[in-house]
Amino acid sequence: MSSSDLYGYVLRLGDDALIAAQRMAEWVTRAPQIEEDAALANIALDLLGQARALLSYAGELEGLGQSEDDLAYLRDEHEFRNVQLVELPNGDFATTIAKMLFFAAYQHLLYTGLSAAGDPTLAGIAAKAAKETAYHVDHAVTWTLRLGDGTAESHRRMQAGVDEVWPFTHELFEPSWFPAGTGDIDPGALRGPWLRLVERVLRDATLRRPEDGWRPAGGRQGIHTEAFGYLVGEMQSLHRAHPGARW
Amino acid sequence: MSESVRAAVAAVRDPELRVLSIEELGILRDVRLGPGGRVVVTITPTYLGCPALDVIRADIAAAAREAGVADVEIVTSLSPPWTTDWLTDTARAKLWAAGIAPPGSSPGSPPGARVLPLLGVPVLGVPVRCPRCGSRDTAEISRAGSTACKALRACHACREPFEHLKDH
Repeated sequence: MSSSDLYGYVLRLGDDALIAAQRMAEWVTRAPQIEEDAALANIALDLLGQARALLSYAGELEGLGQSEDDLAYLRDEHEFRNVQLVELPNGDFATTIAKMLFFAAYQHLLYTGLSAAGDPTLAGIAAKAAKETAYHVDHAVTWTLRLGDGTAESHRRMQAGVDEVWPFTHELFEPSWFPAGTGDIDPGALRGPWLRLVERVLRDATLRRPEDGWRPAGGRQGIHTEAFGYLVGEMQSLHRAHPGARW
Repeated sequence: MSESVRAAVAAVRDPELRVLSIEELGILRDVRLGPGGRVVVTITPTYLGCPALDVIRADIAAAAREAGVADVEIVTSLSPPWTTDWLTDTARAKLWAAGIAPPGSSPGSPPGARVLPLLGVPVLGVPVRCPRCGSRDTAEISRAGSTACKALRACHACREPFEHLKDH
């Protein structure tokens, strides 16, 4: 893999983690219980840690002297390469859990595979992230079971959350954004194991697995949803108002 | 490089687990002399997003300066990744004494770990004993505790909550 191919690849992984972290952090002080508040904050922190490592490495690969902060704070909407799934508004708690389940399961499979990647830096980041995302999957599974197989109202909301975000999961497995001939992880190949895991959780939670139909995509090409602009605006506001600010 | 510099760096406390030094925690990987008298310290994070890392870097630089080193470089290495297996036995004993249940099978508990049902990942040595009264009758309240590396548990025998350094 050429270093510019690898740059694009690592940038996409980093953008996924960064935007997922930013969305998740919106739950801080708003979660249904204080324990859940701490849990979501910790998961957001894990994702931010992945983003920092990946974006720092992407900057190195690009070779133009861009730091993690430059990449996170000084790019515009259309320059981000994250999937649309991670930028979707949080919705209610059940929708957030559905999103976490689908994204964490994908990340866990991807990072587990990448921990044997030919590139030692990427493999090192992936090996750590794989362990962290195992906890995220466990957390999302616990809540999916509890809400899906809970009261009529929690079931209704969990199903609505699953239905709402399901179409956006297709973009995770688009092979088009992966540099060809690398021998590492083809995202398309992850959908089988991902479906086995997710379908089992949904079944155990008495939830219906949505039909595959609409497949919104474009995030990997810089095409984002309306909500993304607001997220980026908030995430970058401090850095844009005070360029180079330090603690 | 003198042994006193190495010792000064190794003695830096972890900011979130104050009873442990970075050496006991297993995140200090190497202290060596680089070109031009520079001291190169290699550390590894417990978690990628560990917010204590910046403080640890600053504390290492300060400790080295105090030991007479003018030029310190701190390198972060991810490989091999840190796991709770890097904790020394001394570290486990110190955590236990400080009221934090150490990872893995705590003293007196049978071997074996709960396994994440879908991923086959071991998560918790069971049962985790209460570091205050020693009871095995404890339960996890929250996987996420005061820091990313700790879970919150409660003891049903002495009715006290306590922290548990998660297996990782």
